[in-house]
Amino acid sequence: MSTYPLLSLAIWIPIVAGLVVLATGNDRNAPLARMLALIGAIAGFLVTIPLWTGFDLNNGGMQFVELQTWIPRFNINYHLGTDGISMLFVVLNSFITIIVVSAGWEVIRERVAQYFAAFLIMSGLMNGIFTALDGVLFYVFFEASLIPLYLIIGVWGGPNRVYAAFKFFLYTLFGSLLFLLALMYLFIQSGGSFSILDWHKLPIGLGPQIWLFLGFLIAFAVKVPMFPVHTWLPDAHVEAPTGGSIVLAAIGLKLGAYGFLRFSLPIAPDASHELAGLVIALSLIAVVYIGFVALIQSDMKKLVAYSSIAHMGFVTLGFFLFSPMGIEGALVQMVSHGFVSGAMFFCIGVMYDRVHSRQIADYGGVVNTMPKFAALFMLFSMANAGLPATSGFVGEFMVILGAVKYNFWIALAAATSMILGAAYTLWMYKRVIFGDIANDHVRELTDVNSREFLILAVLAICTLWMGVYPQPFTEVMHSSVNDLLRHVAISKIQ
Amino acid sequence: MFENFVVPDLMPAAPELFLAFMALAILLIDVFVKDSRRTLTFVLSQLALIGCAAIQFATSTGEITYTFSNMFVDDLMSDLLKIFLYMTVIVVLFYSRAYISDREAMNKGEYYVLALFATLGMMVMISANHFLTIYIGLELLSLSLYAMVAMNRDSVVSTEAAMKYFVLGALASGLLLYGMSMIYGATGTLEITAIAEQLYGGGANKTVLIFGLVFLVAGLAFKLGVVPFHMWIPDVYHGAPTSVTLLIGSAPKLAAFAITMRLLVNGLITLAQDWQAMLIILSVLSMAIGNLAAIAQTNLKRMLAYSAISHMGFMLLGIVTGVVGGDARYALNAYSSAMFYVVAYVLTSLGTFGIILLMSRAGFEADSLDDYKGLNKRSPWFAGVMLMLMFSMAGVPFFVGFFAKFSVLQAVVAAGYMWLAIVAVLFSLIGAFYYLRVVKIMYFDAPVDETPLQACGSMKAVLSVNGIAVALFGLMPQTLMSLCAYALLRSL
Repeated sequence: MSTYPLLSLAIWIPIVAGLVVLATGNDRNAPLARMLALIGAIAGFLVTIPLWTGFDLNNGGMQFVELQTWIPRFNINYHLGTDGISMLFVVLNSFITIIVVSAGWEVIRERVAQYFAAFLIMSGLMNGIFTALDGVLFYVFFEASLIPLYLIIGVWGGPNRVYAAFKFFLYTLFGSLLFLLALMYLFIQSGGSFSILDWHKLPIGLGPQIWLFLGFLIAFAVKVPMFPVHTWLPDAHVEAPTGGSIVLAAIGLKLGAYGFLRFSLPIAPDASHELAGLVIALSLIAVVYIGFVALIQSDMKKLVAYSSIAHMGFVTLGFFLFSPMGIEGALVQMVSHGFVSGAMFFCIGVMYDRVHSRQIADYGGVVNTMPKFAALFMLFSMANAGLPATSGFVGEFMVILGAVKYNFWIALAAATSMILGAAYTLWMYKRVIFGDIANDHVRELTDVNSREFLILAVLAICTLWMGVYPQPFTEVMHSSVNDLLRHVAISKIQ
Repeated sequence: MFENFVVPDLMPAAPELFLAFMALAILLIDVFVKDSRRTLTFVLSQLALIGCAAIQFATSTGEITYTFSNMFVDDLMSDLLKIFLYMTVIVVLFYSRAYISDREAMNKGEYYVLALFATLGMMVMISANHFLTIYIGLELLSLSLYAMVAMNRDSVVSTEAAMKYFVLGALASGLLLYGMSMIYGATGTLEITAIAEQLYGGGANKTVLIFGLVFLVAGLAFKLGVVPFHMWIPDVYHGAPTSVTLLIGSAPKLAAFAITMRLLVNGLITLAQDWQAMLIILSVLSMAIGNLAAIAQTNLKRMLAYSAISHMGFMLLGIVTGVVGGDARYALNAYSSAMFYVVAYVLTSLGTFGIILLMSRAGFEADSLDDYKGLNKRSPWFAGVMLMLMFSMAGVPFFVGFFAKFSVLQAVVAAGYMWLAIVAVLFSLIGAFYYLRVVKIMYFDAPVDETPLQACGSMKAVLSVNGIAVALFGLMPQTLMSLCAYALLRSL
């Protein structure tokens, strides 16, 4: 184990880098701002690598723990730690930050410093969410991370950006305010502790557990997002700039799912069992109904946004099967979705930068002018549809296996997503990429440049690596997931 | 009672005496000041306030000391609130200076002297242990403010605002006095601590007491500006010259909090069940009407006025949760959270009005929301400061407003009023909308007015410090929180 405060570095390096980038100010210094942002993002990623390489596979508890008093008046601590559930997301988040910074490299020409600073600060805050072991610290990061994304959508977004930014902010704030009250209730019940690990051990009656569970559910369901509180996501995705969409899909949605594992299941295990049916039902609606909704979209970003909701339905389904297969499958799905959806949004961004349209109808025959791009886009589309040997397959397959053990009909309903996913993704791909050249815009397209190619290639390697050899990803989860399941199996009612 | 005249102990009131002397001296000296910017008056006023703070530190014993036949009290709560008060007024004068020197009618020494007298009034209110002392302090504050609102005498809006403020303020004072006389009738004393003892012993006529209490609470509600006694707030905030709005919108909240504590908690704690029930209604109504009405405003000052109403409603939540079913176990926690809320609110509100003053210039009041369009392009730094202030008001971390809301909410939850906490957060959610709209206007819209900001260096520096303080106390709220808790622990 390292003696360096790695988690603090993972949080504060991007934030400090963001502030430094902000200090470059004017657009005259844009090249400097870009350079500094890239250095900050890479430094932030490098400090997270020892988390993975130095991870103790046999320890299901918290590792790399840091504990400092923060606000003794309310017994709030600066308490960080990571386990098999959260560690991969810290690494993934820091990795995606590099992708996002390079994705906005020459595309963003206005208020460059602020753009990169917002992403770096958000990246640090999100690492904070994944590693906080104190309820208030978690909440503070959770809510503070809304500010940068609100600005990103609102300042650099599309024509309807104001509506999307407000909807995003207010929806999420609504969920998190009730979550805050749940935290305060736990604070009172536990006799004055905000430690999440203390709350895991706290005995609570079934009635309060159900209220707590519902409080958590509102916050996390909005963030995931689950049916029926998902409507902010397509708006946010469509209006956000490419980088914003990538972060939102790759990391933003994982925050809610992560919350289920850190709060709902271990703090309210009985209520989780009691209300599992509700969550599973909502998840299946997301998988099937949202799958159909995705099918009829004419806007590519909206299509991928709906496909994200469907994929996240798989994740919440996996959590509430209460089996190692289900939870690990869901976690793998989350990481994989981080790569694949990030790549999908980047691909759409690549086309949008050239044609300034996201409508499927405005494209056709792109393969003729952008062959390299078409090949890579093909890979990500296949991964999005869940083709074996890509990362998209592993998670879905594991969740479906878990579901078969739980209930055959649930598994059957979930498995339709394999068909629906293939249908909406590949149909879009076919309309955009294949066929004859549809119009002059497509005729004038230039293939990906070296920067774009590099980004896509790196993401492609990750997708394939996870699809062919998922072992390094799953082995870190085993101990923590098993501990979690053992914990959840024991009733907290006394 | 006293055979001979006894010279009272003057030490507890040393800062008040000093300020009274300095204010009179400045009034005289200013007659000889010719300088158009009135630098001397400004510097002397600031020195007077700094002197007060120094005396406050030097004479603070940490004990509860009564003087002037128990009419005046000096305890740690009053010391702390007065220190905040001096700092607030110092900042107010810094922000106002450029604004008033651009406006001929206001560029008078009286502006500073009235501000100092208002401060003196608030100090007396904070240290009052007697109904008469409260009333004297309140009137000194109010009369100074009426005059300041009307100072820009050629402005129709300002005179109208002053008139409204005067009429409604007089009505509020009347209500307060009427309530006081009822309580005097029931207990036979005007001294707050003596009333508490009387009530503790029982025997006072409950009907008369409650009757008096209703008027007392109404009077306090007027001064705090909570619904349904809030009508003057939007008009006065809007109509007053911005530098006066800044003064009205900041420091008096500290004094109003203090007299609420003195009257209700120090004096009438045995009636807690009754006044808490009244304040809950006032609080919920304020949060509802304040937040909903703020959405409809297009004038920033008016929007901030409604926001002030909702914030005072939120602060009251801390005061209503002190005593639960006769059990005062949570009192310290609840009252200190309310105090922290007021201090945090004053700090944030100083900054927001400071931004309006920064944007204003000779002949131009930057009080319409549209004046802030594209501020991020004109001045990224001050747009950033305003962004922090707005998110702090909305209660988003890492800003001090979040921990203010946090500490009040935990007091409410600890007292078992979960429904009240849910109501409060739902109205905060509505409130977040209009703060977000200000951010939207500054960041998402294109600028209309490209004039560069022309404020002087000292103002920019103080405003920057103010903005950074909002963020810093949001990252490290412990000091301020425990100061409030400690002061109340030693004073209750």
